[in-house]
Amino acid sequence: MGDRLSIVVVEADRERALLIVDSLRGTGDHEIRVIAEPSRLARCIAEADPDIVLIDVADPSRDMLEELALASGPLDRPVAMFVDRSERGLAKAAIEAGVSAYVVDGLRPERLTPVLDAAMARFQIFRQIRSELAATRRALEERKAIDRAKGILMKARGIDEGEAYALLRRTAMDQNRRMADVAEALVTAAGLLS
Amino acid sequence: MSLPQLSVGFMPLVDAAPVIVAREMGFAQAEGLAIELHRAPSWSRLRDMLAFGAVDAAQMLSPVPVATALGLGGAGVPLHALSVLSVNGNVIGLSRELAARLRGAGHGFGFDDARAAGEALFAVLDAPLRVGVPFPFSMHFELIRYWLDAVAPGRSVEIRTVPPPLMAGAIGAGEIDAFCVGEPWGSIAAETGMGELLLPGRAIWAGAPEKVLAVRAGRAEAEPERFGALVRALWRAGRWLDQPGSRTTAAELLARSEYLDVPAEIIDRALTGRLTISGLGEARHVDGLVAFHGGAVGFSWRSQAAWIGRRMAARAGLDPQAADAAARAVFRSDLHRQMLSGAGAVLPGASEKIEGAVESERPVASEGGMLMLRCDRFFDGRVFDPSRPD
Repeated sequence: MGDRLSIVVVEADRERALLIVDSLRGTGDHEIRVIAEPSRLARCIAEADPDIVLIDVADPSRDMLEELALASGPLDRPVAMFVDRSERGLAKAAIEAGVSAYVVDGLRPERLTPVLDAAMARFQIFRQIRSELAATRRALEERKAIDRAKGILMKARGIDEGEAYALLRRTAMDQNRRMADVAEALVTAAGLLS
Repeated sequence: MSLPQLSVGFMPLVDAAPVIVAREMGFAQAEGLAIELHRAPSWSRLRDMLAFGAVDAAQMLSPVPVATALGLGGAGVPLHALSVLSVNGNVIGLSRELAARLRGAGHGFGFDDARAAGEALFAVLDAPLRVGVPFPFSMHFELIRYWLDAVAPGRSVEIRTVPPPLMAGAIGAGEIDAFCVGEPWGSIAAETGMGELLLPGRAIWAGAPEKVLAVRAGRAEAEPERFGALVRALWRAGRWLDQPGSRTTAAELLARSEYLDVPAEIIDRALTGRLTISGLGEARHVDGLVAFHGGAVGFSWRSQAAWIGRRMAARAGLDPQAADAAARAVFRSDLHRQMLSGAGAVLPGASEKIEGAVESERPVASEGGMLMLRCDRFFDGRVFDPSRPD
């Protein structure tokens, strides 16, 4: 007993889970368990009986943990989202970093803080990677649409690539729309007409 | 010159329509307000975003602000409901295996009789019923409990939380036997053949307040103009949604990738009430499957909050009278009234009513015109009189 905390990390992605576990190990000799399977989440956590549960705020299965907050829930000890009991500023920072923590009632804030700090730093990095990835993917999709629209224009109007691009850009400017939107509309319309 | 702004959070559901329409159809702009929309991945996340100020207002399950007031779940930041955004809108479905057993026993899936459906269900069950609902504090949970407690008192029922987008998968995988979920997720379960639909939520309670416009307590009073503009824009969006001619446009808007990201045809089913209940393509029509306007649908009746509060308190072992008072204070019919005065809304004279007492449309005393209350009956004919709750 004593200093050892029991921590559950809910994370379906194995690599991410390992990284989180690594950074939590840096804060002390804790017993850390990873739950990857979202079904029966609440039950698995009740069986593990942890002091702290950490979950990504973007994970829809987080709602399953709400059951633990109910007095008639499967745990004898009430579990609350840590913001109930601890400093407001810390809670807000954690949520902005992208992690939610559920903490068993009675855990002292000074024991929670280092664990949360480590988790927050890790989740912040995940969040950045995720938004960069989304931006890249979107840029790639837009490029694809513009290329296809150019091809359609070149074929339909017998113009070269430079002219097709200029035409798309001019249309977008005239209509006050983004070039990718004009291109997507053209690709859809061409699909319907062919 | 830029307009004053408010950010509004929503979940990808058909009943997010008022907030999406208020922005996309220019109702907010007409009120001199710019609204920025944020889609949330889960109800608990949306509640936290609201509690910590990441959004100014949110589409919210009607029982969530009540639960928060009773100290159940949440970040302990009090929330208030300024309007009811929608009434009804949920569907109840079964696993294919259980649906086949019901058919075998002669149930016709009439889709209108909650008692017949419930009795047929328990007649073929040989194990405890596992039901998935989106959130522990939800109208889905309340409807399932109300229905099954009345139809099959004492029978074993286990209610589990399953997020709406995961519901079809959970029933397909046999993790649950039945579900109650907001559209389009029930129709998606039927369309993909994972489950079959048994009843619309309104067959249990025809006047169930489903989603509310929630804000942090005190915010609306501090900035009455901005929040008043939001309440009026949402009221106008609801009125627009109520017109049959708007539904195709609404379905197209909601279908967009930044909102629900599901085919418009599936969304259209809920808006028109023409549902396909099974993989065989059987169709059922439900009037008022989800309602956004008319009959004071948007009015935050204190009696509705009291009903929710008393039922929660009974389960959690809290004092019913204290819960009743705390719940009532959360549904701000006073602010709703102030903010909509002069907008052309027909508002009721009273702020509470006997829930379940309107069998068919009935006129009541009102401010600013003739108000017809819509049918709000419970399937078992009971009523909830807020002045004599027991």
